[in-house]
Order: sequence, then C-alpha cells, then structure tokens
Amino acid sequence: MTHHLLAVDDLGTDGIEEVLRLTESFVEVSERAIPKVPTLRGRTVVSLFYEESTRTRLSFEAAAKRLSADTMNFNVASSAVAKGESLRDTVETIEAMGVDAVIVRHASAGVPVQVARWVEASVVNAGDGWHEHPTQALLDCYTLRERLGSLAGRRIAIVGDVKHSRVARSDVAAFSSLGADVVLVAPPTLLPPSLVGWPVEVSHDLDQVLAKVDAVVLLRMQQERQTEALVPSLREYTAGYGLTRRRAELLGEEAVIMHPGPMNRGVEIAADVADLACSVVTRQVANGVAVRMAVLFLLLASGTRP
Amino acid sequence: MAERERRTTPPYGGAFVARSRVMDADDVRRAITRIAHEVVERNAGLEGVVVIGLQTGGVPLAEALVEELTRIEGVPVPLGTLDVAMYRDDIGLRPVMPEAVTAIPSEVSGHTVVLVDDVLFTGRTIRAALNAVCDYGRPRAVQLAVMVDRGHRELPLRPDFVGKNLPTRRDEAVDVHLDGVHLGDLRPGPS
Repeated sequence: MTHHLLAVDDLGTDGIEEVLRLTESFVEVSERAIPKVPTLRGRTVVSLFYEESTRTRLSFEAAAKRLSADTMNFNVASSAVAKGESLRDTVETIEAMGVDAVIVRHASAGVPVQVARWVEASVVNAGDGWHEHPTQALLDCYTLRERLGSLAGRRIAIVGDVKHSRVARSDVAAFSSLGADVVLVAPPTLLPPSLVGWPVEVSHDLDQVLAKVDAVVLLRMQQERQTEALVPSLREYTAGYGLTRRRAELLGEEAVIMHPGPMNRGVEIAADVADLACSVVTRQVANGVAVRMAVLFLLLASGTRP
Repeated sequence: MAERERRTTPPYGGAFVARSRVMDADDVRRAITRIAHEVVERNAGLEGVVVIGLQTGGVPLAEALVEELTRIEGVPVPLGTLDVAMYRDDIGLRPVMPEAVTAIPSEVSGHTVVLVDDVLFTGRTIRAALNAVCDYGRPRAVQLAVMVDRGHRELPLRPDFVGKNLPTRRDEAVDVHLDGVHLGDLRPGPS
C-alpha cells in the first residue's frame, strides 16, 4: 500500500482487492450498536475541500470518527483563502499543526498530487477536477460485489457526462482492473476528445446496451462544469440518455442501478427509478463510509510508522 | 503458530521451523475435552455461555470446544469469532491487519463469554479482545481458554482454562493446530 491514495492505479488490482476485503470488517463495525473502534486514536485527519460536497466530506468525517481519529474541517469560504492565501501556504499551515492525513478535493486536476509533494502526511484524493475520485470507485466496486459477487466478466455501463466526470475515470480504472467489461454510453459531445488507452467500448444507443448489462452507473449532468452548450437541452438529453421508467424495464432481473450522487431526478434518472429495488444508491452511501474507513486504516494504521 | 504472530513478529512473514513436537493430535483432542468439562463445571452448566474464538488461531479451537460442549451437555452453544486488529496497542509499531470479519453471534450483555485463543504469550491480544468484547455489551463474566500458556506476560492477565503450560524462551515460537503443537523458531522466509 502506498502512503497516499491519489488515483485508482496507485492501488493496483491487489490493492483494490485488499481495500474491498478490509471494507467487510468495517461494514461490520458500522452495523454495531456503537459503531466505533479505537484504531486511530490520537491521529488527526483534516478535510481540505476547495469544492462543495455533501456526501464525500461527511462520509470521510464519519469514517475518521468511527476510527476514533480527531477530525478538522477546512471550509474555504470562511478561511484565510478568502484573504488570498495560496494553496501551498494553506497546506503547510495545516501540516504544521500536526496532521496524519489530508483529504483533498479541488476543482483542478492534479492538486492532490501536488499537495502530496509538499506534505509528510498521507494524502487522499476526494475528487480533483475531471481527473479521479478513487474512493467513489472503490465503494462502487464494493457495492457491485455485494449484489453481483465477482466483477470478472461482468458488463457495466457508465452513462452520461463522461467528459467532465472524475467518477467515470476512476470507475473505468477500477472496474476493468477487477476484470469487468465497461461500456460508455453518451452523446459524442459528452465523451472525452480521445479515448485512446481506455479499456472501454462506446455506444450511443442506451436502449440497446441496457438489456445486456449487469449494472448501469448513471453520471450526474454537471451543469456547473458545462461552460459550452454540449447538449441542446436537458429534456433532449433525458430523451436520449436518461434512465426512464421504460428504459429501467429493459434491464435484466439481477441488474443494479448506481448513481454517485447528487442525483438530478428527472434528468439522468427518473424520480421513481431511483427508488426501485434494483437501485443501490443509498447502499452506495452506506458502503462509502466503510470503504473510507478501510482506506484510512490502510494509510494510517496497517504499517509501521517512520 | 498463529498466522497473526508469524506475519507481525520480526522477521515479518518468516517461516515457522519446528524443533520439537509438544502435543500430538490426540493430546490436543483430550485437552479440548478436559477444558470443555472444566467450562461446564465452572459455570454449572452452559446457561448463558457464549464461546468466542480469536482470529485466526483461536477459531478452529473454539469450534472444537463448542462441539465438545454440545456433546457433553446436549445443548447448543453460541459460537462467535473476533478479530482484535482494530483494538491492538501496537498499531504503528508493527504491521497490523484485520484477517477476518468479526462475527459475534448473540447478545453479549449478561452472558458469560469464553474467549478461546491458541497461545497466551504477552497478554496483549487478550487485552485487545477484552476491549473489543466490551464494545458489544457488558458480559456477566469473561473467561479465557488457551491451548498453550507460554509465559512472558506483560499484563496482569491469567487464563482460566489451559491445554498445556509450556515454558519457552522469548524468541521461540509455538505453533498450534488441531493436529498437534510444535515448539520452534521463526526463520526469515519468502512468503
């Protein structure tokens, strides 16, 4: 296990397997009457979120607290960043307070990598621009395994705004690393300009794909990241690529529906489809805490401290 | 020896090399039978008794003990397994990794918990296990059964039921299986 978790590829297939195996232990902890273990007593975890987030920030915070770590929250709006402090100065200030792990989210790709060069603490990427969101991919893998067993030979569709999606990039890396076949379904304008080296198939026909997949991952239409008009209208997008009630019925009986959240109900997923029995959206959130406990455990507790 | 010890004691991941056999399969079986009778005697039956094996070495012994208890008294005995990795006091000092998911079968509060492990050495695993068990509830009592007590305690703990007292040097290793107990050494190995 590396000192940081910056991208899914840092883990490799063995590392992913190890996180998923450990997650089972932390799911058990999370299901106890008192979901807390003393493992990270005396360690400090700080979240450095330069971009808004509900579930990821709370999920990391819950994970750290269930491991008995102390947590600090950094809120950009009420911080010295508003006075013009640079990223490097902010990070070095936080490190000087003595932290063991920094959870970083930033709108620019590569920020966690840069932060990892500056600090001794472990850095966890909680989403950087369009690049990666590795813990989301890990919790997606865990949730899929819970429902499907092994991912080897399974077929998984990732539908929607792939171009702007760090979740899609991390999911593709993790799913294919575990032996699943990934098919991206999106209008050409919402795909990255080049898919060279991506272990994926591409389709523009959702109806045709749905009948043959074991899982479908819906991506959020990221209106805040779309500065150019990439789809004529949200209604037209929904008509072509939204998971409507009619389309959900094309799915096989065992197939599961996933969404990393936050959902735009009525856009990429119909309001009632999100609540179907085959939708594992809330399970993803619950597993997210256990996966992040496993990641924090691996980074901070599994080895010997220098 | 317990897989846990093998991987977490220098040389990490070393191979166990046996020097002498101290118990054979029959000895282990007889020790479990005796311990089972002692558990029944101590608790005047098995009312409210829960057996919990410590991962990984204590689990097969706990299974064998529960089988014996059931045979002797004719009542089912709840069996659980516990991984103490998250409660260890040497996290950061040596590699620590949970080996298996903890499964505590029934309500612990008000019950008598019999912890089962293969080797009692420093007592630190048992300290961690006591904290872990108490996170699930408030047992009426906790008792400790081990196949081998090898001495070198670092905490004020003692076992209630012992298969064999085995004097050892600190740097030796003890390997416990249902088919026998061996005394030997850890040598640097590949795995």
